[in-house]
Amino acid sequence: MVKFENVTKKFGELTALKGVSFEIKSGEFVFVIGPCGAGKSTLAKLILREYLPTEGQVKVKGIDLKNLRKKEIPEHRKKIGVVFQDFKLLFDRTVFENVALALRVLGEKEEEITQKVINILELVGLSQRANFFPVQLSGGELQRVCLARAVVGEPEIIIADEPTGNLDLGTAREIVNLLKKINDKGKTVIMATHNFEIVNLMNQRVIELDKGKLVSDEKKGKYHLP
Amino acid sequence: MKEHWRTAWTHMRRTPYQALAAILIMFLTFFITTVFILTAGGFQAILRYFETRPQVTAFLKDETTSSQVDTLKAKLAQTGKVKEAKYISKEEALNIYREQNKNDPLLLEMVTANILPASLEVATNDLAYLNEIAQTLRVEPAVEEVVFQEDVVKALQQWTLNIRMIGIALISIFGLVSLLVILVIIGMKITLRREEIDILQLLGASRWYIRAPFLLEGMFYGVVGAFMAWGISYLLLLYLTSYIIKFFQGIALLPVSPLFMLTVLGIEISSGIVIGSLGSLLAVKRYLK
Repeated sequence: MVKFENVTKKFGELTALKGVSFEIKSGEFVFVIGPCGAGKSTLAKLILREYLPTEGQVKVKGIDLKNLRKKEIPEHRKKIGVVFQDFKLLFDRTVFENVALALRVLGEKEEEITQKVINILELVGLSQRANFFPVQLSGGELQRVCLARAVVGEPEIIIADEPTGNLDLGTAREIVNLLKKINDKGKTVIMATHNFEIVNLMNQRVIELDKGKLVSDEKKGKYHLP
Repeated sequence: MKEHWRTAWTHMRRTPYQALAAILIMFLTFFITTVFILTAGGFQAILRYFETRPQVTAFLKDETTSSQVDTLKAKLAQTGKVKEAKYISKEEALNIYREQNKNDPLLLEMVTANILPASLEVATNDLAYLNEIAQTLRVEPAVEEVVFQEDVVKALQQWTLNIRMIGIALISIFGLVSLLVILVIIGMKITLRREEIDILQLLGASRWYIRAPFLLEGMFYGVVGAFMAWGISYLLLLYLTSYIIKFFQGIALLPVSPLFMLTVLGIEISSGIVIGSLGSLLAVKRYLK
C-alpha cells in the first residue's frame, strides 16, 4: 500500500529523512515513533504528497508520487484521511459541517452526507455535539472530530500525525482505540507518535526513526527510545 | 454549484464592506458606460435627424415661375447627387411658420404669405455633396439666397466623435480600476482564508472546488453592479424624458426602445461577468498556486 525506497528528504542543509526504506501492506496498523525532529511528520507529508523526496521513491498503491501531476494530487489525497495534532478544524463551522466538508470535497450528495456524518459522529461518540462549534469542545473531543472527518469518506489509508500529542492518557487511549476499530474494518492506519504508553499498549508494528534514520522496524514493536 | 454559491455568499456576508466596495466600483463603471451609450446614441439620432432633413434650402426670388422651378429641379436631378428636391410655396411657408409659432400670437400678426419667400428644399444622397449642390444653386438666376446645415452637421459629427472617444477612454479606465479592485478584494479574501484553503487542499479538494466560490463571488459583483447601474440609469432617463423631449423638439430621440435598453443590459451583465470573473481569476492565479 505504502512503500518508501531509500527516501531522503532535505530542507536546505537540514536532512529530515535519510535513506529510509519500508513497506506497509494494506490493512496494517503501524506506529511511526521517534522523538521530536525524528522525521515522523516529514514522512506523513511525503505520503500526502505535500513534499517530494529529495532522493528515492515514495509509492502509494504502486504509484510513484513523483510522477503525480499537480491536478492528480487531489485525487491522491482523497484516498488518505489525515488526523492532525493541531486538529486543523474550521472554527467558524460546527462539528457537523467540519465533518461534512470531507464528503463535500468528495462530491457526495447532500442526503448521503447527512446520513454518513450522523453515523460517524455516533461512532466517535459526538452525536450530542453535532451542532457545537470547535471552541465549545475539549481537546479530546476536537481530536475525535478530526478523526471523524478523516474517516468519514472511507479512505484506504488513515495517517494520524501525533493525534494524541495534546491529550491526557485516557483520552489518548480512546482515540487510539477508535483508530484500531477503523483498522479492524480493513483500513491501513499509520500513526506517528512519541507516546510510548500508547505504543507499548497496542502491540502493533512499530517503525522507529531517529534523526531521520530508520532505527528499527518490528512486527510487534515496543517503544525503545528514551 | 449550489454549494459553491453558498460558500461565495458566506464569504460576502462575512466581509460586507469589501463586497460593498466591489459592487460600488462595478456600479460606477457601468453607470458611466450606460450614460455614455445613451448620450452617444442620442447624438447619433440627432445627427441622423439633421442628415435626413432637406439639407440645402434655396430661397427663390418672388418673380420665379413654376417652369423655372421645374427646370431647376430637373437640373438638380441630372447631377445624380440629389435624393429629393421639394418646392415650398409661399402659402406652404406661411403654414409652416404658423405651425412653428402657434403659441406666440404676436409673431403671427402682420405675417402674410407675401413676405415669406418660396423655396426649394434639397436633400443630397451624401453629406459630401452638400457644398457642391449649394454652389450650383447659388449661381442660378432664380435663387435669391442659399442656406445649408453643413456647419451644424459637422459640429454634431465632431461632438459625437468626442463623446465616443471620452466614453471609450473613461469606460476603459473604470473597467481597469474595477478589474484591479476585484483582484485586490478577492486576493485579500484568499489571504484571509489561507488556513481553510490549506485544509481543503489536504482533504483532497480539487482546484476548481477551491477556486469556484471566489470566481462566483467576482461574477456576482459584476452582475449586481451592472444591473444596479442599468436600473438607475434607466430610471434617470425616464425621469428626464419630458425635459429632453422639450429641449430637442421635433427630433425623435425618445422614448428609447425597451429592446435597445434590454440589449444594453445584456451587454453590461455579460461585461460584468467577464470583468468580475477575470479579476477573480487573476487573484486566484496570483494567490492560489
